[in-house]
Amino acid sequence: MALTNLEILEEPEPSAAPLSSSAKNAGSASRGKLIWLRLRSTARFWIGSIIVLLLILWAIFGPAFSNFGAGDTDLLNTGVGPSGAHWFGTDGIGHDLYVETALGLRISLVIGLVGGPLGTVIAAIVGAFAGYIGGVFDKVVSWFIDLMLVLPSFFILLLISPALKKLSWVALVFFIPAFGWMIMAQVVRSSTRSLTDRDFVKAARFMGVKTGTIIFRHIIPNVASLLIIDATLGVVYAISSETALSYFGYGIQAPQISLGTLIADGTPGATTQAWLFLFPTIALVLLLFAVGLVGDALRDAVDPTSGVTRD
Amino acid sequence: MSLFLLRRFVNYVILTLVATTFSYILASIFENPAARYLGKNPRPSNETIARTLDRYGTNPNTPVLERTWHWFTQLVFHGNLGQEYDGTSVVHDMIVRSGVSLQLLLIGSILGALLGVALGVWGAVRQYKASDQTVTYLSYLILSIPVYVLGVLLMIVATKFNDVIGTNAIVFTGQYTPGTSGFWSILLDRLSHLLLPTIALMLTSAASYSRYQRNAMLDVLSADYIRTARSKGRPRNAAMIRHGVRVALIPMSTFFAYSFGLLVAGSIFLEKIFTWHGMGELALNSVNQNDINATTGSILYVAILILISSTLSQILYAALDPRVRI
Repeated sequence: MALTNLEILEEPEPSAAPLSSSAKNAGSASRGKLIWLRLRSTARFWIGSIIVLLLILWAIFGPAFSNFGAGDTDLLNTGVGPSGAHWFGTDGIGHDLYVETALGLRISLVIGLVGGPLGTVIAAIVGAFAGYIGGVFDKVVSWFIDLMLVLPSFFILLLISPALKKLSWVALVFFIPAFGWMIMAQVVRSSTRSLTDRDFVKAARFMGVKTGTIIFRHIIPNVASLLIIDATLGVVYAISSETALSYFGYGIQAPQISLGTLIADGTPGATTQAWLFLFPTIALVLLLFAVGLVGDALRDAVDPTSGVTRD
Repeated sequence: MSLFLLRRFVNYVILTLVATTFSYILASIFENPAARYLGKNPRPSNETIARTLDRYGTNPNTPVLERTWHWFTQLVFHGNLGQEYDGTSVVHDMIVRSGVSLQLLLIGSILGALLGVALGVWGAVRQYKASDQTVTYLSYLILSIPVYVLGVLLMIVATKFNDVIGTNAIVFTGQYTPGTSGFWSILLDRLSHLLLPTIALMLTSAASYSRYQRNAMLDVLSADYIRTARSKGRPRNAAMIRHGVRVALIPMSTFFAYSFGLLVAGSIFLEKIFTWHGMGELALNSVNQNDINATTGSILYVAILILISSTLSQILYAALDPRVRI
């Protein structure tokens, strides 16, 4: 992911029992259970989750409460501020901004919630295979990752944007994570290399378990906590990428709307018709803030020793 | 040690060249330079279009690999990146524009790093006190605001400020006011234009640096050698700075390199918002204008910046951590 996390860059403590087996030995506190216990008591986790949940619910059901539908124009009330009829005001041609913001949030949410974790999946698979197989394959993959890190993902997306514009917005769900998995793959790779020498992995290998099975059953569950953090922060990365691309006109194209295009439309009049700029901006900032809080709480729960030990 | 750095540097240079060449190929595939002429009235004949495009080395009828090879040899042997669609030399334009862009990028990122490190250290020392909590939540908030939105918000604040005091004290459109003369007034004018974009870039980078610096510093503060230094009789502040901050900066040097890419992207957004005629404008506009040479030129600019920052962070790492200096 394009997120750059020092905690993530550090190697995790490999736990001998993979997370997936936590349900079987419920008596002893497994790693997953410990993380959940710590997570449960952090306010940031709950505040963040609840805000995200409310935003999702609003994006789905919010437009139903308004008298206006998608694309409806109220020609008698163009460019008016928030009122009883138009809760967030209207734009220059009478689109209801309350409905538009909810619809824009929908697309941004889909891109974030699908695209972010997708990047983590790519990172986990590439990193684990490169680290476990090693040799020439590992060399080639590492070099390829280094190559992709030369350019920030925004510029690669900018380069292929003429092609993206011709595709539907759904393409962004796949193209954004396609250029945002490299750093996490490096982390997974280095963790995998240290796991490869552990007894439980060796035992599986000598018993003749297939490489793919070892990776999915033993390696990936052991880096699962890192992956969960990465998936969460990947949501932030995906939404930020989409809104930045759309803001400058390279992402979502009209007639589709996302928070990025709404903020871009509101920018010219930001000082005179502030509502056009502020409402989509608040929705975006609130979403990123809440997801960031969850990610941060997760990171603390996974590695409680970082940042609290002090005499 | 210097051999190691040199090897890394050569590796980066090769990666930069390869990445830029790939970018040229991507741009050649996805951009359609002929589109610029098809919309003209009267529409130029196909032969004229082909001849013009040939001159720029962007004729879609020539195979992509052949064009790429031509472009690559021009770059490597002549240091030539071709011409933009209006005939300007890309290299010349890049030199002029990067002068504009680097002002913002360098001032903003250096101030941001200094402020971020200072805030991080301060937050770690005052962990869980009200001031630490305030800085923490403020930096979360700033990190959640895209930098271009931050730029617009600062513009709104500046407009309100100008309205209140009644004069145009903060100017924020473009890079300078045309027609200003005299050394001091030009300097003042430039600084005034720099103010808002620099603040935006500085706040964003300071917010992320402070988070990491705070964590790195907290890890260090509980270390034995800090206690040793204290028990030798070093004052608290001296122990913190001499033994604490220096060690806590080691992981940061890697983070600087990683985050620099985001910073470059951020400064390019800000240039666009504040209508500066820098590399950002070239990068964003050239894609819309189907200008393959200019697009690749701006990509090369970004890649070179990343190359320099990665090398610098390697050197910084070696300077801070004696263990790698073998």
